[in-house]
Amino acid sequence: MPQEPGKRTAIEVRDLTVAYREKPVLWDIDLTVPSGVLMAIVGPNGAGKTTFIKAILDLIKPAAGQIRIFGKRYDQQRQLVAYVPQRGSVDWDFPTSSLDVVMMGLYGRLGWFRRPGKRERRLALAALEKVGMQDFADRQISQLSGGQQQRVFLARALVQDAEIYMMDEPFQGVDATTERAIITLLRELRAADKTLVVVHHDLQTVAEYFDHVMLLNVRLIAAGPVPEVFTEENLRLTYGGRVAFLRADDDESGENGQNLESDAAGQQISAAGSASESASESAAGLRTRN
Amino acid sequence: MEIFQQLFTDYTLRMVAMGSATLGIVSGSLGTYAVLRGQSLLGDAISHAALPGIAIAFLLTGSKTPIVLMAGAAAAGWLATLLIMSVTQTTRIKYDSMLGITLSVFFGVGLVLLTFIQRRPEATQAGLDTFLFGQAAALVRQDVITMAALGGAALILMVIFWKELKLLSFDPEFGRTIGFPIRRLDILLTTLLVIAIVIGLQTVGVVLMSAMVVAPASAGRQWTDRLGVMVVISAALGAVAGVSGAVVSSTMRSMPTGPTIVLCMGVIVLISILLAPNRGIIWRRIRDRRNARRLRIEAVLMNLYALGLQHADPQHPHEEAVLDVMSSESGSAVPALNRLQEQGLVVRSGATQWSLTQKGLMLADRLRKERGG
Amino acid sequence: MMTQGQIEIQLITIVVAVACALPGTFLVLRKMAMMSDAISHAILPGIVIGFFLTHDLNSPILILAASVTGVLTVMLVEVLTKTRLFKEDAAIGLVFPILFSIGVVLIARFAGDVHLDTDAVLLGEPAFAPFDRFVIADRDLGPRSLYVMGAVGLLNALFIAGLYKELKLATFDAGLAAALGFAPMMIHYALMTLISITAVAAFDAVGAILVVALMIGPGATAYLLTDRLGWMLGISVLVGMASAISGFWLAHMLDASIAGAMATMVGFFFTGTYFLAPRHGVIAAMLRRRRNKWVFAEKMLTIHLLNHEGLAEAEQENRIAHLEEHLSWESAFARRIVKHAQDDDLVRRFDGYLELTEQGRDLARQTIVET
Repeated sequence: MPQEPGKRTAIEVRDLTVAYREKPVLWDIDLTVPSGVLMAIVGPNGAGKTTFIKAILDLIKPAAGQIRIFGKRYDQQRQLVAYVPQRGSVDWDFPTSSLDVVMMGLYGRLGWFRRPGKRERRLALAALEKVGMQDFADRQISQLSGGQQQRVFLARALVQDAEIYMMDEPFQGVDATTERAIITLLRELRAADKTLVVVHHDLQTVAEYFDHVMLLNVRLIAAGPVPEVFTEENLRLTYGGRVAFLRADDDESGENGQNLESDAAGQQISAAGSASESASESAAGLRTRN
Repeated sequence: MEIFQQLFTDYTLRMVAMGSATLGIVSGSLGTYAVLRGQSLLGDAISHAALPGIAIAFLLTGSKTPIVLMAGAAAAGWLATLLIMSVTQTTRIKYDSMLGITLSVFFGVGLVLLTFIQRRPEATQAGLDTFLFGQAAALVRQDVITMAALGGAALILMVIFWKELKLLSFDPEFGRTIGFPIRRLDILLTTLLVIAIVIGLQTVGVVLMSAMVVAPASAGRQWTDRLGVMVVISAALGAVAGVSGAVVSSTMRSMPTGPTIVLCMGVIVLISILLAPNRGIIWRRIRDRRNARRLRIEAVLMNLYALGLQHADPQHPHEEAVLDVMSSESGSAVPALNRLQEQGLVVRSGATQWSLTQKGLMLADRLRKERGG
Repeated sequence: MMTQGQIEIQLITIVVAVACALPGTFLVLRKMAMMSDAISHAILPGIVIGFFLTHDLNSPILILAASVTGVLTVMLVEVLTKTRLFKEDAAIGLVFPILFSIGVVLIARFAGDVHLDTDAVLLGEPAFAPFDRFVIADRDLGPRSLYVMGAVGLLNALFIAGLYKELKLATFDAGLAAALGFAPMMIHYALMTLISITAVAAFDAVGAILVVALMIGPGATAYLLTDRLGWMLGISVLVGMASAISGFWLAHMLDASIAGAMATMVGFFFTGTYFLAPRHGVIAAMLRRRRNKWVFAEKMLTIHLLNHEGLAEAEQENRIAHLEEHLSWESAFARRIVKHAQDDDLVRRFDGYLELTEQGRDLARQTIVET
């Protein structure tokens, strides 16, 4: 992605290659993420989306390539990055409360041995308030709904007061209210010049929620502002030609003049999320040009 | 209460009780982490794997002091854990298979070593029994001191690294992103578990140690939703089982201590899963029934309300029989109506007729608004 | 030459090994290996109660009682897991020690003077196995264990042979099996029953721990050597037999426990296979990785060059010196890769730049399509 004027470079990825047991999961990814964007990462199953953000978070060692957070290595900048993992990555029957989970976000700042105190409690409660979960502070996490659990994870990230937020499918399996609440929150963060990188599972809402998108299928297919990059052609390249499209503009041009404007920036597509998962192995890449 | 007097006067009983209590406290506390992390059976593997370690420790040093043998057991237990981890990470062999292989092969090697030892002239009949089933009755002061010291050290470490271990157990990946050396903390926690196991081998033996790791924590979990409280409760329950087992086995004839402790633990687990508030099965049953009854009563109220709305006066009386039929559940609506009357929400206005009170009407109104329809 | 006793012991243990390897292989595949540990301990109270009923250590009632206990154990674990108060491994780790303790206490209190020695139950001593003879009409037909074990082994073999298709499907695709009406639950319980029967029968000869070793070890060893179920069963049987025989002679040499020696040999074969297996073994994997490292690096190089071809920064990116920094390769390694790639006619050198040949471009494209 070319550097946009007036923005800092939050994340820079160069030639990132990650392999698992000699099979490549990510090939030679180059990406520049400016600050103050809401970027989605989309791609079929097995495309390496989770691997990608884990590589940025220094959870996975790449076979080649470099990653820089505001110009420095992750281990020098970790206080600037907050991670919201997939909801399924923890056992929610663990004996702990929402407040407790959020306070774990402050452990890094506390360092070794120090216990969280009144100050940490206050900060954690404030974060819970921001996600509307203050009434559930002492609730055992197994008693929370999916959407509530997701909000707790989000609060845990908020409390870290980071510059960059890496999220893995935060909208997966949450109710509509929670989804709206999350996207509102993300937009607020963006307005404060925070950088949000979100692995997203639902092609239908990419255009509505995000301003930048990265199309990934082991290789980088394309990345940049949604109007430029989120095109039918690119989606076909990413999903191997098995995506059904519904065009929003042709039929409604009479009723909704707004859609005509979108033509100018390239077609706004809402893909009827039927991207086939099995297409992950057929990263069409250059094949479809024949 | 002669028994409790004996606890103070009888040296052997005191030693056994203290040793068992120590075991219960330590394995209950550290077992909490094992159970929460899904490592319940790792305790079983480590216990069995300890056998060759004990044998080799004896062969190398000629000493049978507890600390030496425990060191050997710990080394073997640790080695077993490393093997399990490395094989599962480098090949297609799964975790459960590795547990089974390590457990049985190490134990087999231990058996070979032990029978080999027994042929030697200077070896006394230290007996396989001691390590297989524990010989709690043979505990002396020195043993108990060693157990308490090691166990105490392990618990102190657990407290010092409290929040780090909590992070490790709940969300290790997140922990790594905020800068904690998760792998090293994992090593620490595994070491603490190994310590908990080796100090218990003398008391309950190899086969039953896995229960002392799993049971107290499983019972403790039912009584609380907070990690700290869970650790304390598990430790306490473990101690109770230990002491009860010691006492019972000393007062009754032919009750080997180790199995008795485990049986006491079993009873505690059973009580916990039945009676614990919130999670307990009996509790759940009662709560479910109470909820169902409440829903039923509410339904009758709303039915009466619905009927009333069809008249100018919503408090118009209606027949019981109608309410019976409207109810989706079989049986009479009368019990529910009686309950409602007790709460002042309806009133009998004829031999078989009922109507809403003002209070009942207001409540029904509100409920209807809340439900949006 | 071998004595008759020695021959008989080996025969018995070979039969035990075969009888154990067959159902054990499925435990390995179904990720239920620890059930063998649980069942072989939990059936103790069953044996004891059976003994109380018949007062005869050799009665088949014992096998029946123990088998029932085995299935009960499985059901108990399932019930506990379903309450959602326990995870499955915690349920297992809870149930079998408690049952085992019940067994030990029963023995200690009511059968203390009888030769139902917990040592023997746990450890077994194959050396004693031949002493129990199978006598019909005053004719000594050989050691009893041999016949009992042989019958069990036959039962296992028939079960597997008869339900081969169903077992295969239920193991690898339970959902499909259920949809096709093969009742995976029934197969599951049938398997557990067989495990219980095998464990009981084998107790006499080899004890609980060796049962676990013989059920899991050979199956896991075979799993490292093949991908096909039929081969896996065959190899596990062979490994089991080899462990039995070699274990016997090891024990003979060291004058030590035969059961222990056999378990040790199971470990030996497993470890050997772990290192040496041609495809799944550790050494083979290391060699493969080393070989692939060059191929992989060459591919990385061509893809890198392809991605930056024709772009403004190509000049920068394709400098050889830059590669080291970009791809995080050490200089020596980077130089060798470049040389390899040149030799393979994948790239060309111009001054300090690298350029893809047509072949190199093809390789890059092909690699991308493959992934």
